[in-house]
Amino acid sequence: MPLLPPRWRLVLLALAAVSLPIAAGLVWLILTGSFDRVHGLLPAGPPDAQNWRFLWEGVGGRPPVSTPLLNSFVFAGVVAAAVVLISSMAAYAISRLSFPGRSLYLGLVLVLHAFPAVSLIIAIFYILRLLGLFDTLTGVILVKASLELPLGIWLMKGFFDFLSWEMEMAALVDGMSRWTVFWKIALPLVRPGLLALGTFALLSAWGEFILPFTLIVSSRNWTMAMYLQTFLGESFTDFGMVAAVGLFYATPVIALFLLGQRYLLNIYSGGVKG
Amino acid sequence: MRGISVTLKGLAKHFGKVVALKTLDLDVRAGELVAFLGPSGCGKTTTLLMIAGIYQPTAGEIYFGERRVEHLHPRDRDVGMVFQSYALYPHLTLFENIAFPLRLKKVSPSEITQKVRETSGLLGIGHVVDRRPAQVSGGQQQRAALARALVKEPQVLLLDEPLSNLDAQIRIQARGEIRRLQQEIGVTSVLVTHDQAEALAMADRVAVFSTGELQQCATPDELYRRPANVFVARFVGHPPMNLLEGRFDNGQFAMGDVRIAVPAGRLTGPGYLGIRPEDANLTGEIPTGVAVVEPLGRENLITVKLGKLDFKVLVDQNVRPATGTAARLGFHQERLHVFDGSGKRTGS
Repeated sequence: MPLLPPRWRLVLLALAAVSLPIAAGLVWLILTGSFDRVHGLLPAGPPDAQNWRFLWEGVGGRPPVSTPLLNSFVFAGVVAAAVVLISSMAAYAISRLSFPGRSLYLGLVLVLHAFPAVSLIIAIFYILRLLGLFDTLTGVILVKASLELPLGIWLMKGFFDFLSWEMEMAALVDGMSRWTVFWKIALPLVRPGLLALGTFALLSAWGEFILPFTLIVSSRNWTMAMYLQTFLGESFTDFGMVAAVGLFYATPVIALFLLGQRYLLNIYSGGVKG
Repeated sequence: MRGISVTLKGLAKHFGKVVALKTLDLDVRAGELVAFLGPSGCGKTTTLLMIAGIYQPTAGEIYFGERRVEHLHPRDRDVGMVFQSYALYPHLTLFENIAFPLRLKKVSPSEITQKVRETSGLLGIGHVVDRRPAQVSGGQQQRAALARALVKEPQVLLLDEPLSNLDAQIRIQARGEIRRLQQEIGVTSVLVTHDQAEALAMADRVAVFSTGELQQCATPDELYRRPANVFVARFVGHPPMNLLEGRFDNGQFAMGDVRIAVPAGRLTGPGYLGIRPEDANLTGEIPTGVAVVEPLGRENLITVKLGKLDFKVLVDQNVRPATGTAARLGFHQERLHVFDGSGKRTGS
């Protein structure tokens, strides 16, 4: 391997220093989860699978881990799909069509984005009760997707604004309808944006705690975040087990992030590479 | 002959309060190439997009032959279009780009392959059809865009500034090729351009637009020899025509202290006298001074002072007066252009 120029070695050093606490946290998580007891970063005693027993048995009256895991997958997956689909269609309309109230709508969407979800939670609670969606996964999915939409719409609008009008005109002249131009020309060209938004929404929904915690009661509707929370007891907490569950909970996110970071970066650079 | 005539009747387009095109009546004959020429924002592209069906006209009718089309979707109009940016689909190869309109028409795959090969061969890009737009040169992209427009054998070909993104050298070559191809196929064509050389070189007739209005539609010769108004006179021709603003009175034109004899009887009252630089000479009777001498190779462009005005004269390359010397300006009497006070041409 060729040696990096000194300037780059400095950059690497700085990056390593910044990443060290995060890496140490992960290592600590792994160690705590894998050994019976840990002193600092030094394991005391032999490796122990006890902390992982939640994988094959219901622990302390909780449902088997497969229930919250499946719920979390459904929750995150449906939220991501809905956000991508709805944002891209709304953003295309805003970017391309002129209709009355367009700028007002854009402004309102931005205002919505400014509300922290927590400030709306009491109102949301009552609305879900009214709709009969309280304590259902569907209800939380609807709420989470709506809260993610403002960002998604603005993000996708940026991507669509960047597309050339002439290309869509060409497609119309070539014989496409407005609808097929959207599906076959516009959408494929903003694919980086769709992937970025999808990854972003998936991660955000996967990590969501407040909404399910407030809006779901029954253990059969728990998500992974709620499942993890139940291990943090008021009087006694088995930190080995919390670490194991936490690690288990984080694994899909880490995998997805490794796969999707290229697209996530697109959100911040906002460009379409031809 | 495949082309059909295109007739515009009372066509107008408003965007909210902005009038992009005032009432336009124009007839493009079958197989003809008409160029829409004008500065940006003059309504030429708006008109083209209405013919294509991208814009809905605010008022008026569009006919392709006998068929009224202004209410039809672009795909039902049978037009091919080339855009300034070429608008090729970046995620498809050139082959797929050219095949695109045929696939939408549900043409059989074997026929598509044959037609795409034929058209791309005709345009000299047969060897690069497997590449994507970003992997070929600008000239090849331009030809691919033209191939995509022609492959479905449209009745009307619309060209929106098709050459302005090309290098000057390739541009002159490409304009000859497009013209030859258009005549071979006989497809009725409309070319939008802001480049007068392109319009004059390629078109059977040129329609000059300004501020949303058609100024004149005529053959390149006619446009040059008999501009209909001051705008066309100024816009067409390079170097541009000298336009003097003054008064016509009984065989004489007066602008300040300057008096110029003109053929009698054409106009009395305020107006403009137009003289092309090549119709003026330095062997006349009006006393002036040489301000600037620009050798252009084949000829010299001399700027002389006429009152406060800079007057351009195009002279032979062996006539080269020194800057600051006196000169006597003269004109071809029968090639003077006379416009009335509102800028309209009068007389022959």
